[in-house]
Amino acid sequence: MIEIKGLTKIFGQKPVVDGVTVTIEPRTITSFIGPNGAGKSTLLSMVSRLLDADSGEVLLDRKDIRKWKSNEFAKRVSILRQANYINVRLTVRELVSFGRYPYSKGRLTEEDEWFVDQAIDYMNLRDMQDKFLDELSGGQRQRAFIAMVIAQDTEYILLDEPLNNLDMKHSVQIMKILRRLVDEKGKTVVIVLHDINFASVYSDRIVALKDGKLVKVGPTHEVIKTESLREIYDMHIPVQEQDGCRICIYFNSQVNVHA
Amino acid sequence: MPKNSTRLILLAVLSLVFILLYAFYDIKGGFGYAFPRRVIRLSAMVLTGVAIAYATVVFQTITRNRILTPSVMGLDSMYEVVQTLIYFFAGSLSVWVVNKYLNFLTAIAAMILFAILMYRVLFRADKYPVFLLLLIGMVIGTLLGSLVTFLQVLIDPVEYLSLQNRLFANFMTVKKELLYMAAGILVIAFMYGYKMMSKLDVMSLGRENAINLGIDYDRMVLHILILSSVLIATSTALVGPITFFGLIVANLSYQYLITYRHSILIAGASLISIVALVGGQFFVEHIFELRTTLSVIINFVGGIYFIYLLLRESRAMR
Repeated sequence: MIEIKGLTKIFGQKPVVDGVTVTIEPRTITSFIGPNGAGKSTLLSMVSRLLDADSGEVLLDRKDIRKWKSNEFAKRVSILRQANYINVRLTVRELVSFGRYPYSKGRLTEEDEWFVDQAIDYMNLRDMQDKFLDELSGGQRQRAFIAMVIAQDTEYILLDEPLNNLDMKHSVQIMKILRRLVDEKGKTVVIVLHDINFASVYSDRIVALKDGKLVKVGPTHEVIKTESLREIYDMHIPVQEQDGCRICIYFNSQVNVHA
Repeated sequence: MPKNSTRLILLAVLSLVFILLYAFYDIKGGFGYAFPRRVIRLSAMVLTGVAIAYATVVFQTITRNRILTPSVMGLDSMYEVVQTLIYFFAGSLSVWVVNKYLNFLTAIAAMILFAILMYRVLFRADKYPVFLLLLIGMVIGTLLGSLVTFLQVLIDPVEYLSLQNRLFANFMTVKKELLYMAAGILVIAFMYGYKMMSKLDVMSLGRENAINLGIDYDRMVLHILILSSVLIATSTALVGPITFFGLIVANLSYQYLITYRHSILIAGASLISIVALVGGQFFVEHIFELRTTLSVIINFVGGIYFIYLLLRESRAMR
């Protein structure tokens, strides 16, 4: 279980994340939503120890993440950020094999190869596993990175805007895979999303941030409501049900422009 | 396309050929006189070649930039500062110059101290990005360079001539005793670096991916910066500064051996530098008949290659 307690990050004078306390429920997809600059990515970076918190703490299995050994932590929690520019030439399979580093330290065992094969099949990369990353499209590259994280085989998978720059088809494809990871393999996925409809359709729980503060947290159907969305986004957003999915129709909303 | 192992063997054979050529070609006069001297020069070239190749490859991995070398941190300038200060205050006949060990160790100690001071006290690698360190390193390097020029203008011209000899890379005047010491330092640095090979592979994926895979990234960066400073300091104190050399061999190695594995990349870069140094020195001695020095040729070829790299990188950016 991951518990976030009073987590705060200050850049300059301004708190970017301000005393956030929230618990990530196991075996769920939890989405972080909120307007630009709400602190979603910063929060995720602190939970995954990419960034040190200024105050507050993050507990993994009741133990402060700063007290975990880096390598042991890497077997429990994985993180994928959005910008993944790599200036080395790597094939897809080599990249995915890096996911086994916490276990094998670069010398792959048979078990590691099995996990790599599994991850490649899971992301449908079998026929391009020997291609170099710079020969792939943005969507394919994104899938290769997610495959690396799957090969890492961690209980918790944290993703920072994995749908960025992807078209509808690939976005749906990736969200479906994440759903399968939770339903079939019992993983816990935490994801920063911009599109609230993806959050609404695919996640179990939603954490909404605004100006670094937690505004709403709860099961998806409790947060994706016109009143709650107004609090989060300062917009009037009608919500309609379509085949059991709650869809937010925000394209034509009245926007209150603040000075 | 030949495999990497084949390519490495090819490079190894080529370096061996040049080493044998250099050692045995056209020995006139007494074999017993020329041969030991050639072996000393050869060892100096192999040692510096490997040290510079190693230092540059690991440095470029942590800065994630292929047109930087550890010398931008101002290490070369620090070497010039130490030597100039010695000549300025003590003179060319003082114990600081005449005693080779003392001179060698003083230079190395000053450079390593400078590096550690830069990383540890002034800036903390975990607080500031590497690029800020580099920028400040460059500024300090320039400052030290100006200081050196100022002192050199004031120095007695005869002393200056003797000083100048020290500030250009030169394989002809390497001292045997220093060689053992340099070799000792390099062996220790290598044994320490050997354990980090697979971590370096992971670090080439960038900070965030490396942390994700359980690397203690910021601490590793500090260790590698110090390791490469030790390597560069040793080779500079042994033969003098070679500006472009590391850059050339590291990039040739990336181009020739397409892999992310540092064990292969470093082996490749080391062999390429042996080929370039030993082969280059062979040509300088037997074709140009010592009318030029190797460092002139290296800076000339290196400069052209550097411009090529810059043009290619700027095209890749677009």
